[in-house]
Amino acid sequence: MLSVRDLTVSLGPETAPVDIVAGVSFELGKGEILGLVGESGCGKSMTSLAVMGLLPQPGPRIRAGRVLLEGCDVTQLQPWQRVEAGRGRMAMIFQEPMTSLNPVRRIGDQIAEAVRVHDRLSGPPAIDRARELLEQVRMPDPAMQLSAYPHQLSGGQRQRVMIAIALACRPQVLIADEPTTALDVTIQVQVLGLLRELCNRLDMAMLFITHDMGVIAQLADRVSVMYAGRIVETAGVEALFGRPRHHYTRGLMDCMPSRNSGARRLPTIAGQPPAPGTVGAGCVFASRCAAVRETCRTAAPPRAEVSRGHDVLCAFPLDGGEPR
Amino acid sequence: MWSYALKRAATTAVTLLAASIIIFAFIHIVPGDPIYVLLGDTATPDQIDALRHQLGLDQPIILQYLTWIGHVLEGNLGRSIFFQAPVLSVIADGAETSALLATMTMIWVTLIGVPIGMIAAVRHGTWLDQGLSGAAMLMASIPTFWVGLYLILIFAAWLGWFPSSGYPSIFEGGLVNLRYLVLPSLALAAPNAALILRLTRASMLDVSREDYVRTARAKGIRPWQVVVRHILRNALLAVVSAFGFTFAALLSEAVVTETVFALPGIGRLVVQSILRRDYPVIQGVILVIVVVYLLINLIVDLSYRLLDPRVELQ
Amino acid sequence: MSRDGAILWLKPFIARPIALLGLGILLGTMLAATFAPWLAPYDPYAIDPSIRLTPPNALHWFGTDQFGRDTLSRVIHSARMALLIGSGVVVFALATGVPIGVLSALFPRLGHLLMRMVDVLMAFPSLLLALGLIVVLGPSVANAILAIGLGYMTTTTRIVYGLTLRLRMETYVEASRSMGAGTAWLIGKHILPNLVSPLLVQASFVFAFAQLGAASLDFLGLGAPPEIPSWGNMLAESRTFITRAPWLLFFPGMMIVATAFSLNLVGDALRDRLDPRFRQLFSEKG
Repeated sequence: MLSVRDLTVSLGPETAPVDIVAGVSFELGKGEILGLVGESGCGKSMTSLAVMGLLPQPGPRIRAGRVLLEGCDVTQLQPWQRVEAGRGRMAMIFQEPMTSLNPVRRIGDQIAEAVRVHDRLSGPPAIDRARELLEQVRMPDPAMQLSAYPHQLSGGQRQRVMIAIALACRPQVLIADEPTTALDVTIQVQVLGLLRELCNRLDMAMLFITHDMGVIAQLADRVSVMYAGRIVETAGVEALFGRPRHHYTRGLMDCMPSRNSGARRLPTIAGQPPAPGTVGAGCVFASRCAAVRETCRTAAPPRAEVSRGHDVLCAFPLDGGEPR
Repeated sequence: MWSYALKRAATTAVTLLAASIIIFAFIHIVPGDPIYVLLGDTATPDQIDALRHQLGLDQPIILQYLTWIGHVLEGNLGRSIFFQAPVLSVIADGAETSALLATMTMIWVTLIGVPIGMIAAVRHGTWLDQGLSGAAMLMASIPTFWVGLYLILIFAAWLGWFPSSGYPSIFEGGLVNLRYLVLPSLALAAPNAALILRLTRASMLDVSREDYVRTARAKGIRPWQVVVRHILRNALLAVVSAFGFTFAALLSEAVVTETVFALPGIGRLVVQSILRRDYPVIQGVILVIVVVYLLINLIVDLSYRLLDPRVELQ
Repeated sequence: MSRDGAILWLKPFIARPIALLGLGILLGTMLAATFAPWLAPYDPYAIDPSIRLTPPNALHWFGTDQFGRDTLSRVIHSARMALLIGSGVVVFALATGVPIGVLSALFPRLGHLLMRMVDVLMAFPSLLLALGLIVVLGPSVANAILAIGLGYMTTTTRIVYGLTLRLRMETYVEASRSMGAGTAWLIGKHILPNLVSPLLVQASFVFAFAQLGAASLDFLGLGAPPEIPSWGNMLAESRTFITRAPWLLFFPGMMIVATAFSLNLVGDALRDRLDPRFRQLFSEKG
């Protein structure tokens, strides 16, 4: 469905580009949920914007790599260009529902705007479809809410509106950039449940971006871990949590409090991720890796497939012997 | 909404009151006996007595102030020394010219400043944008009277397309007399259009960085639709409030332009009255202009709130 | 200022060459003002009726005026007045605006009263305020500085007030307060240093617009006395002769534009260097 190959997003002049995202690749099959995790600033949002065609201009640009939607190359196309090319069935929802909706327009209008683009409807039929979409996202009293303004809705309701807008294009792929981070925990559960249900019902693939490992554990089928603009490990969700093979992933798992940790001090990974543009020839995690060796600093690590559907960007991956 | 309107009106009234105290005090802090300040050096003893009585100049200052306020509310702003006529009628004579001048200027400012600001914003980062922004900054650095003098030199003296001074009323000569206001309004418009241009551009750029514009783009609507439906409306909101400020400031900037073009407006009246020491007129004009200024700011503020639905519920 | 600090300040100028141009013009003007008696080819007051109203030529690069005075020399000497008024207005605006703004923000009850008074002052359009003051005080250079400065005091006070309020809310200020820091120490250590860059930006714009205000006052005959060379005065005198001697209109006006423009450029470049938290306060209304 969605295939991203070697995606590289950079800033700065042509002659001296600074890569914020480098060589990112992943595949999304029909109805699959892929989680993209990493700490703040690792480039996951930038990746999602690049895949969607929403990189701010002027600014970062896709320097290399391909984004293929159903086999069709949409790499440098912005959403409106994709719609024109008949490849507009990718949608995105964002982190801050308050600021992501136009404050001076009614939400019915804003949903209908998306409907008009993708369904070629206008007037009352578009409004009807908008109401239908609100029902799909389980909005209470959809007919009334059509004429509401964003500030009259709660955070959870606004996020539902965002999802409704996304559904207007009958997406094959939905990109969700930390959609629940800004919501209360109880609302988070509802929205996540809604997303999962929609993926199942509509056979919609979802790229779910977050820094919350707990959410990923419940929601995703497969997970890619990102660090300093690169994907360091991709695996099925159980394999990743049960037998992480990359040292960074292992570090992340160790940082998570679990029932077994008791009153112990939580371990942390010492140091900071490298700033974009300061990465040398070697492994990007070398400066913080507990198992680092000389060659790690000088030679770029290979991407090794350690078992089916599980690959790691490391020259000396963990052997995955002991399960957690 | 209404409670907000009332609150703002009340604040404006208080400010106006405080300003009126300063304006009242004006006559008393100008060097010289207030009587001669108001009547001029050629006053007769009868006139002096009459005025002393009328203004209550032998009474405590607070009562004098209240008397003055009372007179103002009746429309009596005193008597011009030079014209020997009520100040209010002298001001009213110049009102037509100044009002028309201000209106024409605002039209130029809007027609030039807003569209070019939009273009610069949409073509952000390109040579066109840099050129337009630079030109705008240059225009904002040029004194209006210099522009005015050059316009006279080129279009009146050399080309003869427009007259260089004066303004016969349109009520007497017809709308064609508006041509007397073309050059002066262009001179006044130049720096203000530049400021509105920069404000429009900055406002549109700010709005285009907002998250909801990104959402709009994600829907797949065309770029021009994004600009018109999402950026423009919100950006213009900020520009509208500057309009009021600009219009109001025009009232004072027109002083120099009316002098350059010898227009019989309120601005030139102020300057001539200063040179003639016609203090009642100076005081009257300042009062009128402050009232208009505060009123316009109030109206603009309220319309801004009206346009922004977010404030309604409060 | 450390070496790194100095380089940081120059960065926005290097990034935009036109800002360097602005800086260059500014320096040129300052040099002209300082070294006027040595730079000017003639005595700006020297009258020579035999060469009155001659257009620019090899002897008089900017031509001569109706008294035969050399325009170039007068233009150079006028730079002194421009700089004098500009710095006077800036100093006045800062010297009054900063204390009032800071104190108003730190002492809310006093602040409300003071800011209300500032609001009343702002009810008077700037040029009108200046004219009113000149009427009361009489035209002179010092009064022009006061009159124009009062108008900019209001905007400066507003800006300083807003900035100090924001700074007061910063967590490190609250933390210091909770550790028992006194107000004076707080002002000196936390508030004033953070005001420096925004005020530098404000100063540039005020200096720029003060030129235009002063020129207007001079042009109306209500600013610097006519004997003293200033660009505004020169323009006022040129009025009767603009068709016969357009160079008298061009050069002084050009200098006003160049000075104001360069200051605007510098202010813009400095504003880009500003902490993004404060940039909002310097919206296009300047």
